[in-house]
Amino acid sequence: MADAIVAEDLRKRYKDVQALDGVSFAVREGEVFGLLGPNGAGKSTTVRTLTTLTRPDAGRALVAGEDVVRHPDRVRHAIGYVAQDSGVDWEATGRENLLLQGRIHGMAGAPLRSRVDELLELVGLRDAADRIARGYSGGMKRRLDIAIGLVHRPRVLFLDEPTTGLDPEARAAMWIEVERLAEQESLTILLTTHYLEEADRLAERVAIVSRGRVVVEGTPEELKANLRGELVTVELGEVDGRADDAVRIVAAVEGSGEVARDGKLLRTRVPNGAHAIPAILATLDSGGFTVESVTTQRPSLDDVYLHYTGRDFASEDEEGTR
Amino acid sequence: MKQLLRQTGWMVVRQGRNLMREPIWIAMMVIQPMLWLVLYGQLFSKTGAQGRGAGSYVEFLTPGVVCMNAFFGGTWGGMAMISDLDRHVVDRFLAAPASRLAIVLSQVVRAGITAVLQAIILLLVGLALGVRVHGGVLGWIVVLAAAALLAMVFAGFSNGIALLLRREASMIATANFVGLPLMFLSSILVSVALMPGWIKAIARFNPVNWGTRAARNAVVLGGDWGPAGLYLLFLVAAVAVMSVFATWCFRSYQRSI
Repeated sequence: MADAIVAEDLRKRYKDVQALDGVSFAVREGEVFGLLGPNGAGKSTTVRTLTTLTRPDAGRALVAGEDVVRHPDRVRHAIGYVAQDSGVDWEATGRENLLLQGRIHGMAGAPLRSRVDELLELVGLRDAADRIARGYSGGMKRRLDIAIGLVHRPRVLFLDEPTTGLDPEARAAMWIEVERLAEQESLTILLTTHYLEEADRLAERVAIVSRGRVVVEGTPEELKANLRGELVTVELGEVDGRADDAVRIVAAVEGSGEVARDGKLLRTRVPNGAHAIPAILATLDSGGFTVESVTTQRPSLDDVYLHYTGRDFASEDEEGTR
Repeated sequence: MKQLLRQTGWMVVRQGRNLMREPIWIAMMVIQPMLWLVLYGQLFSKTGAQGRGAGSYVEFLTPGVVCMNAFFGGTWGGMAMISDLDRHVVDRFLAAPASRLAIVLSQVVRAGITAVLQAIILLLVGLALGVRVHGGVLGWIVVLAAAALLAMVFAGFSNGIALLLRREASMIATANFVGLPLMFLSSILVSVALMPGWIKAIARFNPVNWGTRAARNAVVLGGDWGPAGLYLLFLVAAVAVMSVFATWCFRSYQRSI
């Protein structure tokens, strides 16, 4: 399948900040792709470059087959852009916002009006269509933004942090919205987010961006599988000062990684929890230990992020703001 | 070209419609120019600032206030651009195939239309105060054209500054810095004949003065159309220059985002 977006070694510097330091990735046609990273990692700059809003200092990018620097106007016809900050005209109604955007794209008359009706229905703003957008809730403005990005039936949709600033309820609704769009409008969607669970839920493939670079790219499952297995946590009964023996016993089980002990808790990584747990329990039992509980945990994108950047996601998020 | 006109047209419709939803704005648009006319007309009525040859001071002043009001309105035109920048409406247009020139022209044309509406109100108030437009129908057209063009020149300038500075406070400071001096360096309030030599010299290059001279010829003299036409042509050229300048300023803005 053809690539809807190709970014090759994009670089961009703002005064004293190297916002993009060689960003490369490709998005296949029809795919939902997630750019994941903390604030200030370069996600929005990447999107602004791909949507022709700003020019890269170096590197090349193709969107829908067109070069963003050489043919920005062709790119603009092919894309829809939902910016991190809403672009809704507050003093106009939802319908007026959509009509104007369609007209900028050269649409007119009955086809435009019926497309606008269709979108208002799609994003659930039919009843609010003729109210001034100033009175819309944050979630409604966001849904209007998405409709604005879709008026001209773009081939590629950019969603820059679509759920930032929304309450949990509105965020869940937005997720359903995006999933539905990906199906109904057969779009390629590039989504940026700094919510790990959002990327996990929506994106077929993700690229983790850190300090202006893509550090790893793949499906969420691949990335998690690369972390080699699951975390097994064993809670022991009375240890009578023989805890170190228990550590040694568990470490000897086939497939077990390094064992960490925290009081009566033992933690280890195994390729497959379902296979390893019976062996762990059996050896502990024959060693004379009682086990209170066993849990397994599959790695999250959180762990993936930590693994590839060597940094904790939340702390980087604070440090990276600008 | 057709696309440019279409986009400009729809963007003007958008701005006009949004403004019509602001009752305070409409009230100010109507009352403010009348206030200028009455206040200045009373304040300077006994000073003879109109110089020899003109009739009453209020007749001298009316075309001047029309021009003052128009160019003041223009200098504040960039505020709408700042608000669109802050609300990210501009980004939304730029990522769509909207012409940058259309975005600028829509602000420029909107300023021109507002100035014409205000000029009509001012002329009607003037008529009530005993002013006569000696140039007849052609005189009216020249006054309205001067108002529209002045507003457009300064709206172009103001929108360019808005794109360069991108901050409301800086925009207000600039508008104030430019507005009052240009008024005092023109014949809006005082006849050219009564100006000190150096102000007279500067006034020749002041677009505000071009518009004022054209409008005053139309109202007070009701003739001397040659120079009036020339001044209007200068203003048309200035509108073109300022519109291109403002469009060029998008580069600065886009480098910043």
